[in-house]
Amino acid sequence: MQKFLLIESRDPFESNDVSYYYELASNLVASGHAVTLYLVQNGVLAARRSAQGAKLSALDAVGVRVVADDFSLRERGIGAARLAPGVNEGAIDVVVDHLAEGARSLWH
Amino acid sequence: MSKTTIAVALMDAPYESENLTTAFRILDAAARRGYDLNVFAYEGASALAFTKQVPHPNPVHGKNLAEENHPTTKDQVAALVAAAEASGGKVDWINCGMCVDERGVGEFVPGTRRGSPADFHAFVEKSDNVLVIPTK
Repeated sequence: MQKFLLIESRDPFESNDVSYYYELASNLVASGHAVTLYLVQNGVLAARRSAQGAKLSALDAVGVRVVADDFSLRERGIGAARLAPGVNEGAIDVVVDHLAEGARSLWH
Repeated sequence: MSKTTIAVALMDAPYESENLTTAFRILDAAARRGYDLNVFAYEGASALAFTKQVPHPNPVHGKNLAEENHPTTKDQVAALVAAAEASGGKVDWINCGMCVDERGVGEFVPGTRRGSPADFHAFVEKSDNVLVIPTK
Protein backbone atom coordinates (compact mmCIF):
# COMPACT_ATOMS: atom_id res chain seq x y z
CA MET A 1 0.00 0.00 0.00
CA GLN A 2 1.33 3.39 -0.98
CA LYS A 3 0.47 6.63 0.78
CA PHE A 4 -0.71 9.52 -1.42
CA LEU A 5 -1.21 13.20 -0.73
CA LEU A 6 -3.38 14.95 -3.29
CA ILE A 7 -3.39 18.73 -2.87
CA GLU A 8 -6.32 20.48 -4.53
CA SER A 9 -5.96 24.25 -4.86
CA ARG A 10 -8.71 24.85 -7.40
CA ASP A 11 -12.36 25.69 -7.00
CA PRO A 12 -14.60 22.99 -8.51
CA PHE A 13 -17.23 25.65 -9.25
CA GLU A 14 -14.66 27.24 -11.58
CA SER A 15 -12.50 24.33 -12.79
CA ASN A 16 -14.35 21.29 -14.02
CA ASP A 17 -11.21 19.15 -13.97
CA VAL A 18 -11.30 19.15 -10.17
CA SER A 19 -13.81 16.31 -10.42
CA TYR A 20 -11.15 14.19 -12.15
CA TYR A 21 -8.86 14.77 -9.18
CA TYR A 22 -11.59 13.59 -6.83
CA GLU A 23 -11.97 10.51 -9.03
CA LEU A 24 -8.23 9.91 -8.81
CA ALA A 25 -8.47 9.97 -5.02
CA SER A 26 -11.35 7.52 -5.04
CA ASN A 27 -9.68 5.20 -7.53
CA LEU A 28 -6.42 5.14 -5.58
CA VAL A 29 -8.31 4.08 -2.46
CA ALA A 30 -10.15 1.44 -4.46
CA SER A 31 -6.73 0.16 -5.54
CA GLY A 32 -5.73 -0.30 -1.93
CA HIS A 33 -3.80 2.91 -1.27
CA ALA A 34 -4.11 5.41 1.56
CA VAL A 35 -5.13 8.84 0.28
CA THR A 36 -5.36 12.24 1.87
CA LEU A 37 -7.06 14.96 -0.18
CA TYR A 38 -5.84 18.32 1.13
CA LEU A 39 -8.00 21.25 0.05
CA VAL A 40 -6.21 24.59 -0.03
CA GLN A 41 -6.78 28.09 -1.46
CA ASN A 42 -9.99 28.12 -3.52
CA GLY A 43 -10.10 24.35 -3.20
CA VAL A 44 -11.74 24.85 0.20
CA LEU A 45 -14.79 26.47 -1.36
CA ALA A 46 -15.98 22.94 -2.10
CA ALA A 47 -15.75 22.03 1.57
CA ARG A 48 -18.96 23.88 2.43
CA ARG A 49 -22.26 22.05 2.56
CA SER A 50 -23.17 22.27 -1.11
CA ALA A 51 -23.46 20.17 -4.25
CA GLN A 52 -19.68 19.98 -4.34
CA GLY A 53 -19.48 19.28 -0.62
CA ALA A 54 -21.57 16.17 -1.14
CA LYS A 55 -18.85 14.83 -3.44
CA LEU A 56 -16.31 15.28 -0.68
CA SER A 57 -18.58 13.53 1.80
CA ALA A 58 -18.78 10.67 -0.67
CA LEU A 59 -14.98 10.52 -0.84
CA ASP A 60 -14.83 10.32 2.94
CA ALA A 61 -17.34 7.49 2.83
CA VAL A 62 -15.08 5.39 0.59
CA GLY A 63 -12.02 6.01 2.76
CA VAL A 64 -10.37 9.17 1.45
CA ARG A 65 -9.20 11.42 4.28
CA VAL A 66 -10.48 14.89 3.33
CA VAL A 67 -8.79 17.85 4.99
CA ALA A 68 -9.54 21.55 4.43
CA ASP A 69 -6.69 23.99 5.10
CA ASP A 70 -7.47 26.10 8.17
CA PHE A 71 -5.77 29.24 6.85
CA SER A 72 -7.63 29.09 3.53
CA LEU A 73 -10.92 28.57 5.37
CA ARG A 74 -10.31 31.60 7.61
CA GLU A 75 -9.35 33.75 4.62
CA ARG A 76 -12.72 32.94 3.06
CA GLY A 77 -14.80 33.23 6.20
CA ILE A 78 -15.77 29.58 6.28
CA GLY A 79 -16.21 28.28 9.80
CA ALA A 80 -15.89 24.66 10.84
CA ALA A 81 -19.65 24.46 11.39
CA ARG A 82 -20.22 25.04 7.68
CA LEU A 83 -18.07 22.13 6.53
CA ALA A 84 -19.68 19.21 4.75
CA PRO A 85 -19.83 15.93 6.66
CA GLY A 86 -16.57 14.04 6.38
CA VAL A 87 -14.45 17.14 5.79
CA ASN A 88 -12.09 18.04 8.61
CA GLU A 89 -10.19 21.26 9.18
CA GLY A 90 -6.40 20.84 9.29
CA ALA A 91 -3.16 22.79 9.38
CA ILE A 92 -0.43 23.00 6.77
CA ASP A 93 1.53 20.56 8.94
CA VAL A 94 -0.63 17.83 7.42
CA VAL A 95 1.19 18.47 4.15
CA VAL A 96 4.60 18.56 5.80
CA ASP A 97 3.85 15.34 7.69
CA HIS A 98 3.02 13.56 4.44
CA LEU A 99 6.12 14.89 2.70
CA ALA A 100 8.28 13.75 5.60
CA GLU A 101 6.65 10.32 5.59
CA GLY A 102 7.41 9.85 1.91
CA ALA A 103 3.85 10.04 0.63
CA ARG A 104 3.58 10.50 -3.12
CA SER A 105 2.47 14.09 -3.32
CA LEU A 106 0.68 15.81 -6.17
CA TRP A 107 -0.49 19.40 -6.55
CA HIS A 108 -3.43 20.44 -8.69
CA MET B 1 18.50 8.90 12.30
CA SER B 2 19.01 10.63 8.95
CA LYS B 3 17.76 14.11 8.41
CA THR B 4 14.58 14.72 6.44
CA THR B 5 15.21 16.50 3.16
CA ILE B 6 12.39 17.84 1.03
CA ALA B 7 12.63 19.31 -2.46
CA VAL B 8 10.11 21.82 -3.74
CA ALA B 9 9.82 23.27 -7.24
CA LEU B 10 8.17 26.68 -7.60
CA MET B 11 7.08 28.26 -10.87
CA ASP B 12 4.80 31.18 -10.03
CA ALA B 13 6.03 34.76 -10.32
CA PRO B 14 6.04 37.03 -7.27
CA TYR B 15 2.81 38.86 -6.34
CA GLU B 16 0.60 36.94 -8.77
CA SER B 17 -0.58 33.69 -7.25
CA GLU B 18 -1.80 32.38 -3.93
CA ASN B 19 0.25 29.29 -4.73
CA LEU B 20 3.28 31.11 -3.36
CA THR B 21 1.56 31.93 -0.08
CA THR B 22 0.85 28.26 0.40
CA ALA B 23 4.32 27.28 -0.77
CA PHE B 24 5.96 29.59 1.78
CA ARG B 25 3.68 28.23 4.50
CA ILE B 26 4.75 24.67 3.68
CA LEU B 27 8.42 25.64 3.48
CA ASP B 28 8.25 27.62 6.72
CA ALA B 29 6.61 24.76 8.62
CA ALA B 30 9.23 22.34 7.33
CA ALA B 31 12.08 24.76 8.11
CA ARG B 32 10.90 25.16 11.69
CA ARG B 33 11.11 21.39 12.09
CA GLY B 34 14.79 21.55 11.16
CA TYR B 35 14.34 19.82 7.81
CA ASP B 36 16.73 20.48 4.98
CA LEU B 37 14.99 22.13 2.04
CA ASN B 38 16.00 22.09 -1.60
CA VAL B 39 14.07 24.71 -3.51
CA PHE B 40 14.21 25.09 -7.27
CA ALA B 41 12.80 28.41 -8.44
CA TYR B 42 11.82 28.05 -12.06
CA GLU B 43 10.25 30.37 -14.63
CA GLY B 44 8.57 33.33 -12.88
CA ALA B 45 9.61 32.04 -9.47
CA SER B 46 13.22 32.83 -10.38
CA ALA B 47 12.38 36.45 -9.41
CA LEU B 48 11.33 35.59 -5.86
CA ALA B 49 14.78 36.26 -4.41
CA PHE B 50 15.56 39.31 -6.59
CA THR B 51 17.17 41.92 -4.36
CA LYS B 52 15.84 45.03 -6.08
CA GLN B 53 12.26 44.46 -4.97
CA VAL B 54 11.10 47.35 -2.79
CA PRO B 55 8.04 47.75 -0.60
CA HIS B 56 5.63 50.53 -1.46
CA PRO B 57 3.03 52.76 0.25
CA ASN B 58 -0.63 52.49 -0.68
CA PRO B 59 -1.98 55.95 -1.54
CA VAL B 60 -5.36 54.51 -2.51
CA HIS B 61 -5.82 53.33 1.08
CA GLY B 62 -4.05 56.37 2.52
CA LYS B 63 -1.23 54.32 4.00
CA ASN B 64 2.40 55.34 4.08
CA LEU B 65 5.26 52.90 3.64
CA ALA B 66 5.35 51.84 7.30
CA GLU B 67 1.58 51.53 7.59
CA GLU B 68 1.29 49.47 4.44
CA ASN B 69 4.13 47.19 5.61
CA HIS B 70 4.19 45.61 2.18
CA PRO B 71 5.87 42.21 2.18
CA THR B 72 8.40 41.37 -0.50
CA THR B 73 9.20 37.85 -1.58
CA LYS B 74 12.92 38.53 -1.30
CA ASP B 75 12.39 39.14 2.42
CA GLN B 76 10.30 35.99 2.66
CA VAL B 77 13.09 33.98 1.05
CA ALA B 78 15.64 35.50 3.42
CA ALA B 79 13.35 34.77 6.40
CA LEU B 80 12.98 31.17 5.26
CA VAL B 81 16.74 30.72 5.10
CA ALA B 82 17.09 32.25 8.58
CA ALA B 83 14.27 30.13 10.05
CA ALA B 84 15.87 26.95 8.73
CA GLU B 85 19.27 27.88 10.15
CA ALA B 86 17.73 28.74 13.54
CA SER B 87 16.14 25.28 13.68
CA GLY B 88 19.27 23.40 12.65
CA GLY B 89 18.31 22.90 9.03
CA LYS B 90 19.39 24.52 5.81
CA VAL B 91 17.93 25.80 2.58
CA ASP B 92 19.57 25.23 -0.77
CA TRP B 93 17.66 27.68 -2.99
CA ILE B 94 18.52 27.63 -6.68
CA ASN B 95 17.26 30.17 -9.19
CA CYS B 96 17.03 28.85 -12.75
CA GLY B 97 19.78 30.71 -14.63
CA MET B 98 18.05 30.92 -17.99
CA CYS B 99 14.85 32.12 -16.33
CA VAL B 100 16.81 34.73 -14.40
CA ASP B 101 18.53 36.02 -17.53
CA GLU B 102 15.26 36.28 -19.43
CA ARG B 103 13.81 38.44 -16.68
CA GLY B 104 16.91 40.43 -15.71
CA VAL B 105 16.65 39.37 -12.09
CA GLY B 106 20.18 38.09 -11.56
CA GLU B 107 20.85 39.62 -8.14
CA PHE B 108 19.74 37.32 -5.35
CA VAL B 109 19.45 37.56 -1.59
CA PRO B 110 22.20 35.71 0.34
CA GLY B 111 21.57 32.02 0.75
CA THR B 112 20.32 31.57 -2.79
CA ARG B 113 22.27 30.83 -5.93
CA ARG B 114 22.11 30.43 -9.67
CA GLY B 115 21.64 27.01 -11.23
CA SER B 116 19.96 25.04 -13.97
CA PRO B 117 17.17 22.48 -14.37
CA ALA B 118 19.86 19.82 -13.93
CA ASP B 119 20.04 20.96 -10.32
CA PHE B 120 16.40 20.11 -9.88
CA HIS B 121 17.15 16.61 -11.08
CA ALA B 122 19.92 16.42 -8.49
CA PHE B 123 17.49 17.69 -5.83
CA VAL B 124 15.04 14.94 -6.71
CA GLU B 125 17.79 12.33 -6.48
CA LYS B 126 19.00 13.38 -3.05
CA SER B 127 15.73 14.37 -1.34
CA ASP B 128 13.35 12.17 0.63
CA ASN B 129 10.35 13.64 -1.13
CA VAL B 130 9.47 16.16 -3.81
CA LEU B 131 6.58 18.56 -4.27
CA VAL B 132 6.13 20.35 -7.59
CA ILE B 133 3.83 23.37 -7.46
CA PRO B 134 2.96 24.25 -11.05
CA THR B 135 1.40 27.40 -12.40
CA LYS B 136 -2.29 27.29 -13.23
